[in-house]
Amino acid sequence: MKSKTLTCIICPNGCTIDVKAHDNGDIEVSGNKCPRGKEYAVQELFDPRRTISSTVRIEGAMLPLCSVRLDRPVPKKEIFAVMEEINKVSIKAPSHIGDVVIENVCGLGANVIVTKNLDKI
Amino acid sequence: MRTHDAVIIGGGPAGLAAAVQLKKNGIDDILIIEREKHLGGILRQCIHDGFGLTRFGVTLSGPEYSQRFIDMANELGVSTVTNATVIDLNGDRVITAATQQGLLQVQGKAVILTMGCRERTRGALAIPGTRPAGVFNAGVTQSYVNLYNTMVGKEVLIMGSGDIGLIMARRLTLEGAKVKGVFEIMPYPSGLPRNIEQCLNDYDIPLYLSHSVVEIKGQERIEGVRVVQVDESFRPIEGTEKYFSCDTLVLSVGLIPENELSLAAGVELDWRTNGAVVDEFYQSNVPGIFAAGNVLHVHDLVDFVSKEAEAMAEGVAEYLKNGALPECGLEIKAGNDIGHLIPQRVSGKRDFKLSLRVRKPWGKCCLEVRQGETVLKSLKLAKAIPAEMIELVIPAEKMNSVEDLEVRVYEI
Repeated sequence: MKSKTLTCIICPNGCTIDVKAHDNGDIEVSGNKCPRGKEYAVQELFDPRRTISSTVRIEGAMLPLCSVRLDRPVPKKEIFAVMEEINKVSIKAPSHIGDVVIENVCGLGANVIVTKNLDKI
Repeated sequence: MRTHDAVIIGGGPAGLAAAVQLKKNGIDDILIIEREKHLGGILRQCIHDGFGLTRFGVTLSGPEYSQRFIDMANELGVSTVTNATVIDLNGDRVITAATQQGLLQVQGKAVILTMGCRERTRGALAIPGTRPAGVFNAGVTQSYVNLYNTMVGKEVLIMGSGDIGLIMARRLTLEGAKVKGVFEIMPYPSGLPRNIEQCLNDYDIPLYLSHSVVEIKGQERIEGVRVVQVDESFRPIEGTEKYFSCDTLVLSVGLIPENELSLAAGVELDWRTNGAVVDEFYQSNVPGIFAAGNVLHVHDLVDFVSKEAEAMAEGVAEYLKNGALPECGLEIKAGNDIGHLIPQRVSGKRDFKLSLRVRKPWGKCCLEVRQGETVLKSLKLAKAIPAEMIELVIPAEKMNSVEDLEVRVYEI
């Protein structure tokens, strides 16, 4: 049996969730207030994933940096590999929320997208 | 002098939400005065996600969340003046601002205070030791790293477990710093459980509860701190002292609503929130002056800031249409275990939303709002912690307009 007690990070409720995966394949989840918590707990037990936010350099804007984030979670152990890719990127103003700056980062199926509108000056 | 129906001081999440909601209520003549070059307030530097789950049902970063409100304000034609610092507000609701075009004086039929809050600094804590470089507030660190591409250090310690400190522990780790630990003087964290999980536990950053920084060492640059474990009365426990080397100390030790302007206008403040005393319409003791968001009381979620500002805008619209609001003569008293509550005064004639924090962590407990012998509302909770603001709607049906109200929490 595989089991874990964890704090859900999906929403600010931060439920304490117990998740148990029995050897016969049954999965028990308790402590969650919503179905998203159950989904998170099961995911966390077998394949923990996170979305991350960071910045990329931008030329020609009022600020030297533009904020970015992943559009879906990636395996936790890949976070620093993703950061390395993000750190290589430099874009040119203007930036628009939702612009893709890295497609399918590290082959993980997630895109790095812009989260701030910055005008060209 | 120029006049407007409503003048909003501060174009962050509270000010923007208030402006949009006023427009939706048919109040057209609005002006937002913003100190920075851009609207959006502190959210511009909060690049992490988790915003908007309550308000929009999706998880957004801070800049994306604020852009949604900026777009709505633009579509509705809200007037704004940026790069303008309000330097005075008086009880006649006359605002004086320093702008790039010179001095601006405007009067609002209603004035809305949405100036947000400031960080508590090292000076307020009186930490002994030298005064070297390398001691930063968490929000200042966030601004350096996320806006100005300036890394603050390589070997970092964090004092206080506020949410911004936790967020910055993760952020600095991702940018290559070694975050060696977070020290919290209370026996429980002051940030949200999900941030302990995703910002500290994910990166194996230790959290030292009941620990206090007792000395800062270093001449030019900070070299390390002495840390000691404390007992329940916050007295150092002998033999627990440790030394941690570092080149940076980040302070995340609390936020204080910024109310210099409120005081200048004669607005009465509450010693518990450090914000205005308001009624159920979010009106202060000065008629026509309203407050919402972090200038009123510090929130943990921006979604609640937006909602509070929207509720306030309803009150402002009613005030502007009728020239006055119903009298709110009843006081809401906070029991000993309630940290603070908003509003502090009500009419007793309408439903209202009560926001509060408990003073210490509770397991299974019940929150109860009474008026004399009548229980107006009771809410059972599996747990209650100071880090989480609790909101509940108090129905008017059982209320009278004579007796004060009282809020308490007890174990069940």
